[in-house]
Amino acid sequence: MEYLKKYPKLFQWLFLLIVFFALCFAIDVPETYKFIRGQAEFVKDPNQSVYFFLGKEVRYYAFDVFWRLPPLLGWLPIWINDSLFFLMNEWMPMEFWNEDTQEFKTRPLLLEISRNLTSFMTFLIELIREILLGGLETIVAFTSWDFIDAYPWLELPGLPWTIVAAGAAILSYKLSGKGLALFAGLTMIYISIFGQWKPSMQTLSFILVAAPLSFIFGLGLGIAAYKSKRVEKALYPILLVMQTMPQYAVLVPALVLFGVGDHAAVIITMVVAVPPMILLTILGLRAIPPEVIEAGRMSGCTNWQLMFKVLIPTARRDILIGVNQVIMVCFSMAVISAFIGAKGLGFNLLLALNQLNIGLALEAGLCISLIAILLDKMSLAWANKQTDYFGNLTFFQRNKNVIFFAASFVIGIILAYVGTFIFKGSFNYLFEIPHNKGISTADFWNKGVDWIFDTFFVYIKAFNTWLIQDVLQPMRALYLRMPAVATLVLAVGAGYLIGGVRSALVVAALTLFIALSPWWDRALVTLYMATFGVVISCLIGFTVGTLCFQNKKSAAFMLGVCDIFQTFPSFVYLIPVMMLFGITDTSVLIAVIVYATIPATRYTIEGLRSVPVGLHEAATMSGVNKFQRLTKIEFPLAFPHMMLGLNQTIVFALFMVIIGAFIGTEDLGQYILKALSDKNGAGIGLTLGICVAFIGLIFDNLIRTWVGKRKKHLGIA
Amino acid sequence: MSETVIKCESVYKIFGENAKKMLEESNGNVDAKTFQERGCIVGVNNASFEVAKGEMLVVMGLSGSGKSTLLRCISRLTDATGGKIFIEGQDLLELNNKELIELRRNKMGMVFQSFALLPHKTVVENIAFPLQIKGTNTEESISRAMEMVKLVGLDGRENYFPRELSGGQQQRVGIARSLAVEPDIWFLDEPFSALDPLIRKEMQDEFLRLQEKLQKTIMFITHDFDEALKLADRIAIMKDGIIEQLDTPANIVLNPATEYVRKFTEEVPREKVLIIEDVMDASSKDNLGDLKVSKDEIIENVAEKILTQEKLVGVIDSNNNIVGSIKPSKIIDTVFGGRKNGS
Repeated sequence: MEYLKKYPKLFQWLFLLIVFFALCFAIDVPETYKFIRGQAEFVKDPNQSVYFFLGKEVRYYAFDVFWRLPPLLGWLPIWINDSLFFLMNEWMPMEFWNEDTQEFKTRPLLLEISRNLTSFMTFLIELIREILLGGLETIVAFTSWDFIDAYPWLELPGLPWTIVAAGAAILSYKLSGKGLALFAGLTMIYISIFGQWKPSMQTLSFILVAAPLSFIFGLGLGIAAYKSKRVEKALYPILLVMQTMPQYAVLVPALVLFGVGDHAAVIITMVVAVPPMILLTILGLRAIPPEVIEAGRMSGCTNWQLMFKVLIPTARRDILIGVNQVIMVCFSMAVISAFIGAKGLGFNLLLALNQLNIGLALEAGLCISLIAILLDKMSLAWANKQTDYFGNLTFFQRNKNVIFFAASFVIGIILAYVGTFIFKGSFNYLFEIPHNKGISTADFWNKGVDWIFDTFFVYIKAFNTWLIQDVLQPMRALYLRMPAVATLVLAVGAGYLIGGVRSALVVAALTLFIALSPWWDRALVTLYMATFGVVISCLIGFTVGTLCFQNKKSAAFMLGVCDIFQTFPSFVYLIPVMMLFGITDTSVLIAVIVYATIPATRYTIEGLRSVPVGLHEAATMSGVNKFQRLTKIEFPLAFPHMMLGLNQTIVFALFMVIIGAFIGTEDLGQYILKALSDKNGAGIGLTLGICVAFIGLIFDNLIRTWVGKRKKHLGIA
Repeated sequence: MSETVIKCESVYKIFGENAKKMLEESNGNVDAKTFQERGCIVGVNNASFEVAKGEMLVVMGLSGSGKSTLLRCISRLTDATGGKIFIEGQDLLELNNKELIELRRNKMGMVFQSFALLPHKTVVENIAFPLQIKGTNTEESISRAMEMVKLVGLDGRENYFPRELSGGQQQRVGIARSLAVEPDIWFLDEPFSALDPLIRKEMQDEFLRLQEKLQKTIMFITHDFDEALKLADRIAIMKDGIIEQLDTPANIVLNPATEYVRKFTEEVPREKVLIIEDVMDASSKDNLGDLKVSKDEIIENVAEKILTQEKLVGVIDSNNNIVGSIKPSKIIDTVFGGRKNGS
């Protein structure tokens, strides 16, 4: 009884667990239940039941409701599909003027809007692409094909790679200094001589359109939400879901709305990249001290001036993190959107992965990562740039960057021209090195992979078999063994114990949505993979973070490493693991672990860092040793922040698990991938995406509520 | 009296949803408690006063007394719930947004407790900011800002960022910024509260030196009674949104209007605040001794001389006319005795 009074929470948790396990044992596995492989939902089977909702037929496997809930939401994907098609093809037909045929044509409104939007996006991408690579679409857009036939010399020749490389270096120098300039130059030269120029420039042109557009929209909507509570309230739920929605899932609806190609990829990238930008803009603007705003107003700022000269620059730090996120997402999407026909490095990467050509994949992946890091550093430097008012500069000093660029422009053209004489009859390497005609290290890597395989095959195989048979399979079986009702009770109970009725209701709603969808089993498999990844990631991340924290230099170094790793597009992580473990669940899980360890490590270091210095001194003066200080002072205080890290780790792990479907797993991701090639996939893809997002949100809600309470308790809100 | 620059007539500021309606219902008889029960918080309660050109009015009160709210009503950073505010005869509450911006750009300057500098701008850019907002070109605004940098003694640090400066230096930037547009009216919201005592004293002296030179009309907010006494032409003491007393420092020390004000004055060393005129006897001008003192002397400075006298000491004005007298014992009385009722 004493204990019961002292630790009431502990006993509540124990009680919850007892109920959970009791339910697990009380509810038997139905004899008809087997984890159905493949397209379970569409198989005819004696067990299958049918119900109708809003005139839609929904088929499902009937089980005891305690074991698995019936998929009462099975109509949702079908319904989403039908509404999309209706909107696109039948809703609000209107007369539109057609330029090509010179007559009015009846088209549904949304289709027309979508077509105009896509042609606008295509124009933007082509414009940049043709500056970098040459082409004639842009000129055609202003004139006509006949015009180009008459004046064929008008076709843009594209810039020689030497000029682009010099330009990048000079711009980097102007923004930051020698270091970045060197990095920019080397990156460009690397890309060029390794024969990745064309796909790299295609990817770059895609990003140079997608990133600024995402930034502008994100900033604009963030400002709108900051200014108006109503806008914020409307945006908030969408933002929450989008934060945890796997990027895969939005591909399919976009496919329906915007078709296939780079333009659809841009739009979809915006859909994914804008939400974090909005959130960070709001966060930054909210954190501005009121006195700074008052100072701005007392200086006589108009609303416009106040926003752009005071508020946004003051909130710069958070907005910059937003820009960083936007760039990350853009590169991530540059790969993923290759599924819907975006050209560039991503396409090559996917192709190489598909052919199991690890060497090629590695080269493409490295290029993407290098460009990602370069753009990230450049955007950062740009925001931190300052003006010098007092330097008494000569004309040359003031305009040296322009002059240098002009000079390198001329030299580049001369070089390219000279190149036509040197490389007669073959490729002009001084103008553009064609794809796969540069130096390629792919063979080297492939041989290396083969060597590793030959040499360590036994060990890798043994490890692989052990992991799968002795750890993963049993774990999976355990997860699948949970009756739906027991899982619901556990989730809702945890919600109630952590955050009271409100949290319990939110968690219940989210869990019910997944339970009532046709993919509960898949969700459990997703969850098991994510759990495995998260547990290992946290173990590694917390340990590494704690060790690195012991020394200021190593902590800073580790944070830098995290920064760089975070800039890699998520797909890149699949390359090395496939090198080692081939196409197995182990590969996916290791990619998950590597990817998800980043936030775990980062938040551990940041959390430990945020412990006030005064407390350190107080602890030292009470005579604790290093270990005691860590366990008694630093961990308890840093723990809430570390839990936020756990939250991020879960989201990262979920993303990676879903992407892992590309290698072939049996979770929700597999279905999302499948939906890509399905005519009616839009609804399924979106619903699946929402399911994954909800898994993330359940944990997000629980962890955030707990952290909020804990921080209040510790007085470090 | 010279011309009035700031004039407040029964200004109210009440926070809450139905503030306006409740104020109308109460007929100007606002009771903080009943308002609070109905979910409103009274910030400023029936404030009426005037500030003359070149005068420094110090508003003194503890935290939550509504002094900062009052200042924000007068600078219209928040809109007063009721009452009228005139700036140089213009009805502040009637101004539209454009006129308000014009007013702030040309007539008002404000200094903030937490400095409120723009973190992304250097010292000189911060100071030039109000000018650039006005549309002054870069060259002119920067050169004007450099003058201000010199005025507040920050030469050589113009290219520093605020985060690289100490608190005192940051506030110098804040002061320079508020003066960059040469405003007539200068608002200071606890400008020295965030500084440590030595720096604070230094800044106060510096501030007095500036004011001597510039002769702005000033509203100065502080929670430090000593600071108020040191700087003010007149002091307004606020409590719970109400101005308890508005008077010259000497009168406040000698005749505290309420118990609350008296508590502040108890610890004040009078000899440092009061001048001879405040304590002299204007009726008796006969039987004077040889010593004559000016009526504007602070007691502290002449106390020793007076106390060595046995006869009455004559008090003279600037034209050497005798305007009254003072008994040596009166000095002792003022400094040591009779603290209970002030005189």
